Amino acid sequence: MKPTDIKNPEYFHKVVDCQYACPAHTNVPEYIRLIAEQKYSEAYMINWDSNVFPGVLGRTCDRPCEPACRRGRVEKEPVAICRLKRVAADNKGDVMKYMPKGPFKSNGKKIALVGAGPASLTVARDLAPLGYEIHLFDEQKKGGGFMLSQIPSFRLPETVLDEEVNYITGLGIHTFYNTYIKSLKKLLADGYDAIFVGSGAPHGRDLPDLKGRKEGAANIHIGINWLKGVAFEHIKKIGKKVIVLGGGNTAMDCCRTSRRLGGESVKVLVRSPFAEMKASPWEKEDAMHEDIPILDNHVPTSFVVENGKLKGMTFEKVKAVYDDKGKRSLVPTGEPEAFYEADDVLIAIGQENSFPWIERNIGIDFDKWGMPAVDNITYGSSNPKVFFGGDAAFGPKNIITAVAQGHQAAISMHLFCSGMDIKNDRPAPMVNLHSMKMGIHEWGYDNQVTNDLRYVVPQNDKKVTLKDRKKEVELGFDLPTGFKEAERCLNCDVETVFTENRCIECDACVDVCPTACITFTQNGEEDDLRSRLKAPALNKTQDLYVSDILPTKRVMVKDEDVCLHCGLCAERCPTSAWDMQQFFYNVTKAPGICKEEMAVN
Amino acid sequence: MSYYRPAFRHPNLPANELGYTVEHYEGGLSTLCAGCGHDSITAAIVQACFEDNIEPSKVAKISGIGCSSKTPAYFLNSAHGFNSVHGRMPSVATGANLANRDLIYIGISGDGDTASIGMGQFVHCIRRNLNMVYIVMNNGCYGLTKGQDSATADQGSKSKAGSVNMFHAIDLASLAIELGATFVAQSFSGDKAQLVPLVKAAIKHNGFAFINVISPCVTFNNNVGSTKSYDYVRQHVEATSTIDFVPPAATITANYEQGSTKQLKMHDGTVIALHKLEQDWDPFDKLSAMTAMHKATIKGELLTGLLYMEEESSDLHSLLQTSTRPLNALSEAELCPGSKILEEINAGLR
Ligand SMILES: Cc1cc2nc3c(=O)[nH]c(=O)nc-3n(C[C@H](O)[C@H](O)[C@H](O)COP(=O)(O)OP(=O)(O)OC[C@H]3O[C@@H](n4cnc5c(N)ncnc54)[C@H](O)[C@@H]3O)c2cc1C
Ligand SMILES: Cc1ncc(C[n+]2csc(CCOP(=O)(O)OP(=O)(O)O)c2C)c(N)n1
Ligand code: SF4
Ligand code: SF4
Ligand code: SF4
Ligand SMILES: [Mg+2]
Repeated sequence: MKPTDIKNPEYFHKVVDCQYACPAHTNVPEYIRLIAEQKYSEAYMINWDSNVFPGVLGRTCDRPCEPACRRGRVEKEPVAICRLKRVAADNKGDVMKYMPKGPFKSNGKKIALVGAGPASLTVARDLAPLGYEIHLFDEQKKGGGFMLSQIPSFRLPETVLDEEVNYITGLGIHTFYNTYIKSLKKLLADGYDAIFVGSGAPHGRDLPDLKGRKEGAANIHIGINWLKGVAFEHIKKIGKKVIVLGGGNTAMDCCRTSRRLGGESVKVLVRSPFAEMKASPWEKEDAMHEDIPILDNHVPTSFVVENGKLKGMTFEKVKAVYDDKGKRSLVPTGEPEAFYEADDVLIAIGQENSFPWIERNIGIDFDKWGMPAVDNITYGSSNPKVFFGGDAAFGPKNIITAVAQGHQAAISMHLFCSGMDIKNDRPAPMVNLHSMKMGIHEWGYDNQVTNDLRYVVPQNDKKVTLKDRKKEVELGFDLPTGFKEAERCLNCDVETVFTENRCIECDACVDVCPTACITFTQNGEEDDLRSRLKAPALNKTQDLYVSDILPTKRVMVKDEDVCLHCGLCAERCPTSAWDMQQFFYNVTKAPGICKEEMAVN
Repeated sequence: MSYYRPAFRHPNLPANELGYTVEHYEGGLSTLCAGCGHDSITAAIVQACFEDNIEPSKVAKISGIGCSSKTPAYFLNSAHGFNSVHGRMPSVATGANLANRDLIYIGISGDGDTASIGMGQFVHCIRRNLNMVYIVMNNGCYGLTKGQDSATADQGSKSKAGSVNMFHAIDLASLAIELGATFVAQSFSGDKAQLVPLVKAAIKHNGFAFINVISPCVTFNNNVGSTKSYDYVRQHVEATSTIDFVPPAATITANYEQGSTKQLKMHDGTVIALHKLEQDWDPFDKLSAMTAMHKATIKGELLTGLLYMEEESSDLHSLLQTSTRPLNALSEAELCPGSKILEEINAGLR
């Protein structure tokens, strides 16, 4: 193999598993260390810079970082990255003083944002300090998008959401709530320099052709419409027996909300096997904890309506069969149809985009499924003035993806409005690498690895939470537990950096490494090398760090897979050929481009 | 400074025939200087015991005093151990071995511990062909007491402070062969590929197995001008052969040039194969071994590998015809047969 080029920031970026997996590349280890140091405001601001909604996300994030977390590869469970974010948000002090403060000097440009969900709000936050006049439109009565209308208050208290929305609107954003944009053509004609479409994927799927759908309509509801009705308090009750169809997070929110609105016997019925449901494991656990059974492998066949009144539903039982390529099909088991009683049914089987308000003759290309053609780097459309992001761009995802795309769209909009190329003039990430060595055997980070298993976030008693739909279920870590959980983080951003011309090949690092990461051996092709290491390097998603040829004609090979970043290699090295260096990586956002510009001028 | 090793291990560590991963063979985290050669030898012992499916509780590790003699704390945590007095490892090992012949004895010593204060014990231990592994971690100095020249420091070797050693070095390996040791090897802490099979072979050898391992002291004897520094040893080391250690059940798969290979069978059927053997070198012939060693000394080379071995070796127990069972397995009646037997013995001596 060729020697690893550690000058390429992508190499170490990938080693910081959580940050790499986070769509917004939040600097997780840095904020976890700040929490351990009780610097909650600073920890909050690291998050705010990248993910804009730390309080919201600390409760609701889909947390793609956690399955990626290194800790999950050396023991049972990853660091509770998400819930530590909440610790920062719940315990912060005055963070306004760290945020940009208006009024900002106008740059003479005006932009419109359609929808006030996380994507648009991110664009607003990034562009406001640059002097744009920003008009934010939403048909709802305040900002937040689906975070407001869909995510139930028992998971996300409205005050937490409002606070973080207000940090943004407080930057001088002109909000136009209760305003539905009926025509993009007209908006374009209003003289905006650029427009961002962050209108989400607001259309809930139905089962229009299923037998009994029309007859039972009064008691059959589309999940997201129903949740919105609950959030805005148009809906306050539901029947005692409820069936929820679907296996995603909407289904989980529907069934749990039903339990709080009078549903006594609430069931989830889902087509796929339990393990393949779209909902996250913790969402399923939470639902089952609230006495909601999840019946998998059930395909709905009819609504049973008697005398104009919904009685229940029938289902065909299936099992999942996989072909050679792993493609799944659901095959009937041949058992008789199952009937389940229901007073109300909630259909939560997915959402779709819908753009009835975007004319098809204004230069925006749509594909045959009605999705706009959007560039996945610039988030530009075929109309140079119009940008998309969040669920509106590529279909329903999650908040953190909407935020990440918002940052990128904001960069494009700023480049566009400044007459630059939105593809070629994109800024590089900000990176830095510096030694953590403080003394012969002392490091600027807490390198001792704790053995604690993941701490469980305490929950409020369900006797209390089931009675009040606004009572938050999760209580969050208390500070001592938060500290202990923070200590589980392995500091993956403190990198092992090898300087080959210092190495005397004494083997000390090889011998001391607890996880057998380091091997000195003859060079070879990657697959061959992987098989010849001290412990076989089977996880190919993790790179090998390979040195140049050493005096004994061997190379140093380090498998990054289960390195604990404990620094023992560097402590044992008599010549400091190994050093522990903190790698800083930050995605440059729109205001960052201007800082660079200013620095140049 | 971390005095603590994280509890996590690589999830894909292979297990040996006893079902143990290498973790089972670890000891405490070393407190020696970073880069000390002794730590590499420790790691080689760990690897050898792991690969050879040795039950750690069937091992007794015994040492004297010195940085080297501290190392039994860093391997095989669940083995028996005795950290004895300076230079007295051989007598403690002798006593223990005579009492319980069923354990594997690994004696760890330093060049100071062996070639100076313990010299008398060392030579007698060789004479008796005590069934043990005797490893000298040889750094040419007294590491623990801050690097004074030891009796194995080469003449002309320069210390860190700049003084040049004026005395002849004691060549422990030659001395061991001369005194009749039945297994003599030499190696370098930086060459695990050679050291690990040597340790395994030494453990299998029925009798006194001596390994002199050059082991740089990074703190006091790794300077330019020292003949025991990493750089100097790497430049002057000359392997007499490469070694394969083949357990009884396995077959030899590697293909080597005819004539350059020698195989020898150990008492349990294990085969040691020496490949790319130096010309004119017969490790089973004392004279050939001695000659080669002297030639190497004149050329300033350090010969490593299995230098000499006696295939048919009778250890101290068979010479003395002691009980085949360890003392702790004998009954009280067997241990104290009574005054009548004593009288018979006394009568036999009259
Ligand atoms: C029930 C449910 C639970 C969820 N739970 C989670 C969770 O726990 N964690 C998570 O990360 N994600 C969750 N999601 C997904 C998440 O809410 C969305 O992915 C995210 O909000 C998308 O953000 P966005 O900015 O693209 O648009 P949205 O948040 O959907 O906001 C779009 C806004 O635009 C408005 N709008 C649309 N068209 C117009 C128009 N023409 N004029 C004016 N306004 C308009 C809409 O009213 C809405 O307010 C959940 C989704 C649902 C349905
Ligand atoms: C009876 C006695 N005399 C002297 C000493 C002091 N002393 C401690 S270690 C040592 C020499 C150790 O040298 P070596 O065996 O080569 O071990 P190293 O530290 O080099 O590995 C000496 C002389 C002692 N501990 N006990
Ligand atoms: S251990 Fe810490 S730094 Fe490493 S991936 Fe997990 S949270 Fe991120
Ligand atoms: S930091 Fe060094 S010693 Fe620690 S696990 Fe990683 S490679 Fe091994
Ligand atoms: S003083 Fe020398 S022999 Fe002792 S631990 Fe340090 S390097 Fe090793
Ligand atoms: Mg010594």
